[in-house]
Amino acid sequence: MAKKVFAVGALFNSPDAIIAAAKKTNAEGFKKWDVNTPYPVHGMDSAMGMKPSMLGFVTMICGLSGTALALLLMWWTMSVEYPMVIGGKPFFSLPAFIPVTFEVTVILATVSTVVAMFAFFFGLPRNSHPLHDTDYMKKVSRDHFGIIIEAEDPKFDENSVLQFLKGLNPVSTEIIYESEKETYPIFEPRFILFLIGTAVVVSIGTYFTLNKLMYTVPFDWMDNQEKIIPQSVNTFFADSRGMQLPVEGTVARGFIPYPFKGETEPAELLENPYLPAKENLILGQKKFLTYCSPCHGNFGDGDSRLRGQFPNPPTIHSNRARDFSDGKIYHIITNGQNVMPSYDAQVTREERWAIINYIRALQRAKNAKVTDLAEIKSETEQNAGN
Amino acid sequence: MPETEIKYQKKDLPASLSKIGYILLAVGVLLGVISFLVDSSRASFNYVVMYAFLISIGVGSLFLIALEYVVNADWSVPIRRVVEFFAATIPFLAILVIPLILNMHDLFHWTHEESVAQDKILQGKAPYLNVTFFIIRVFALIGFWWLFYYLLTKNSRKQDENKDQGLTRKNIKISAVFIPVFAITISVSAIDLLMSVEPHWFSTIIGVYFFSGTVIAALAAVTLATVLLKEHGYLHSKITNDHLYSLGGLLFAFVNFWGYIAFSQYMLIWYADLPEETFWFLQKWEGSWAIFSIGLIVIHFLVPYILLLSQPAKMDPKKLKFIAVWLLFAHLFDLFWLVMPEFPAMSGGYVFSWIDLVFPIGAVGFLILIFNMKAKKENLVPIGDPKLKRGLDFHL
Repeated sequence: MAKKVFAVGALFNSPDAIIAAAKKTNAEGFKKWDVNTPYPVHGMDSAMGMKPSMLGFVTMICGLSGTALALLLMWWTMSVEYPMVIGGKPFFSLPAFIPVTFEVTVILATVSTVVAMFAFFFGLPRNSHPLHDTDYMKKVSRDHFGIIIEAEDPKFDENSVLQFLKGLNPVSTEIIYESEKETYPIFEPRFILFLIGTAVVVSIGTYFTLNKLMYTVPFDWMDNQEKIIPQSVNTFFADSRGMQLPVEGTVARGFIPYPFKGETEPAELLENPYLPAKENLILGQKKFLTYCSPCHGNFGDGDSRLRGQFPNPPTIHSNRARDFSDGKIYHIITNGQNVMPSYDAQVTREERWAIINYIRALQRAKNAKVTDLAEIKSETEQNAGN
Repeated sequence: MPETEIKYQKKDLPASLSKIGYILLAVGVLLGVISFLVDSSRASFNYVVMYAFLISIGVGSLFLIALEYVVNADWSVPIRRVVEFFAATIPFLAILVIPLILNMHDLFHWTHEESVAQDKILQGKAPYLNVTFFIIRVFALIGFWWLFYYLLTKNSRKQDENKDQGLTRKNIKISAVFIPVFAITISVSAIDLLMSVEPHWFSTIIGVYFFSGTVIAALAAVTLATVLLKEHGYLHSKITNDHLYSLGGLLFAFVNFWGYIAFSQYMLIWYADLPEETFWFLQKWEGSWAIFSIGLIVIHFLVPYILLLSQPAKMDPKKLKFIAVWLLFAHLFDLFWLVMPEFPAMSGGYVFSWIDLVFPIGAVGFLILIFNMKAKKENLVPIGDPKLKRGLDFHL
C-alpha cells in the first residue's frame, strides 16, 4: 500500500537561512506551510507574512467580561442582596473592589487565552500529528531549523515542491508521510502511569501541606499570631483579662444606661417615646422576627422553632400579657425574665420600643372583633369629613 | 549577507534647535526671576515641581542606561546615546538646587523654628528634617548620581574610540552597583523634596511612586527624542519601528506600574482611614483640587493606557510622539498635584497664576540645550559598542 504524503520538509543550519527560506516560500505563494525552530526566531512573523494573531481579541473580550462579572457580583452581593457594613465604608465602595476586579480580569483573560490557544489555534484536542516521531522533528527540536510544505496546499506537487525546497540550499530534505493507522499515544501505559504518579504525588503533597506543614513554625504564623484575642490571658494588665471592662465611671459613646437593671419589680417604668408610625413598625417587625420569633413564634403564639431544646414561652395574646404596660415589656426585654435572657446587647433602645409597637399591633390583630369594623368605618368617615 | 561594518556618519543637529532652546530658557529664567520677586512662596513651590521633573528626566535616564547594562539588552544599544544625553542633566542639578535651598523657608514648613517649637510631631522628625542635614542629603544625592553618570558615560565615550569590549563589562559592574544606590537615592529625594512639603504626612510607598513616574518621564523623553531624530535621519538607518515597539512596550508597562503604585498608596490610606494619613488626600479633594485628582487618573493612566494598548500603536512613530509628549505632561501634572495643594494660599482650591507656567518653559529650553550641547560633542550612536550590530539587527 502506498503511503500518503503529509508534507515535504527541508532542514537548515542557521536562523538567517531559515528566515531567507521562509521569505522565499511566502513569495512563492504557498498557503499551507509552517516553520519549526528550536527557539523563537526574531523576525519570523514578518518573514512568513503572517497576519497579527486574533488571540488578542479573545484575551480582551474575556478580560473585559471578567471586569464586568467581578463588579456585578460584588455590587449584587455587597450592596443589594446582603449589604454588610465593613470598616464603616459605603456598601458600594469601588476602591475596595478594585483588587478583586483586577484579579478576576487577569485570571479570565489569561485562562481564556490559554484555552483559546489550545482549542482554536493549536487544533487540540488531537491524538497525534504526522510530524511526531520523525527524523525531521527530532532535528528541529535540537539544532536545526525546518520548513514544511503540506500536501493540502493547493499548489502542492511532490516533485516540484521537492525541487523548490532543494533550490533554497537546505542541509537536507525529507518527505513526511501520514501515519498508516490512527494511534492513541495518550492511552499508552507509560503515559497513564505518569498521570497516576503525578496525581498521587500531588495528592500526598497537598495532604501534607494542608494538614502538617501549615501547623509547623514558621508556616503557622498567620494562624498563630502574637496578639490578645477575646477570652485569652493577657499579661499586660494586672487582672489578666483579654477583654477589658470600661473604665469605672464611664459609658461608651451613644450608650444610655437603663436605670432599673437587675430589679424584678421596678418601682417606676419608662414611657414609650415612639409612635407606631409605618417605618417604626417595619423596624419592629424586622427585629421581632430576628430576635423574638425563634422562641415566641412569628405571631407571638409561643410556638417555638427550637423543637423542645428550650422551654416554650407563654403566648403574648393572653389577657395578662395584653395588660402589660409598654414600660413593663421594655423592662423584660432589657432585663430578661425567668429563662429569657437580657437582650440589652443585641437590640438598641429604639429597636426595643419599635418591637413593643409591633407586639401591640400583633395583639390588636389577634383579638379583633366584628364591631371593630364599624369603629374603623366611622373613624375613616370622620377623617374624610375633616 | 549582513554587513559587518557599522556605517554611521555623524551629523550636527540643526542650529534652529539651539535657538529655540535659548529662547525658551531665557524666557523661563527671566519670568522665573520675576516670579520669585512677585510671589516667592508660590514661585518656590513651582520651582520644586520643576526640579523634581528634571531629576525624573536626568536620573531616570541614568537608570535606563544601567538597566540596559545589567540585563544585557541589545535593542536599546543603538539609542543609548539619546538616553545618555538626557542623563547629562545630572551635573546641572547641583547648580539648580541652589535657588531651592535659598527659598527653603518659603517651601518647607519644618524650617520654621517657631512652628516646630509648638509642634510635637515636627519635633520628633527634627533629627531628620533639619536644614543642615537636608542640605547635606541633597548634595550627597546629587554627588551619587553625578559619580555614576560620570563613570558610565566616560566608559561609553571611550569605547567609541578604542572599541574595547572590557569597558562594557566594566559598565555592567558599575550598573549593578548603581541599581540599589538608585533605589535608595530616588526614595530619599522623593521624601525630601515632595513628601516633606507636608511634613506631617507620611507614606512609605512615596519613593516607589516617584520612581514609577520618573521612569515614565525618562522613557517618554527618550521616545520623543528617538522618534524625532529618526524621522530626520540623525540616527542609524537600521533603527526600525521594532525598536520603537520596545520603547512603547516599556512605556505601557510603566503606565500600568504607576497606576498600580498610585492605587496601592491610595487604597491603603483609604482603607485604614487614619486621620494622620487621610488629611493629605482630603486636601486634594478640596474645591477645584477634586478636578485635578480625577484629572490625574484620566491623564496619567486611562488615556495613555487606552492609547498604548494595541500593538500597532506601540510601533507607530506618529502616535508614539503624541503619547510621549502627553506622558511628559502627565508626569509634570502628577508632581504639580503632589506639591501644589500644600501651598497655603490654595488650600481651598486651585487659583490660576501665570507663575505655574513659567518654570516648565524654562525646563524644556534647558533640556533642549543640554541635549544639543552633548549631540555636538558626541556621536548619536555608540559606534564602539560590541552589541551595536546585534542591536541594529533587532526584530520582533
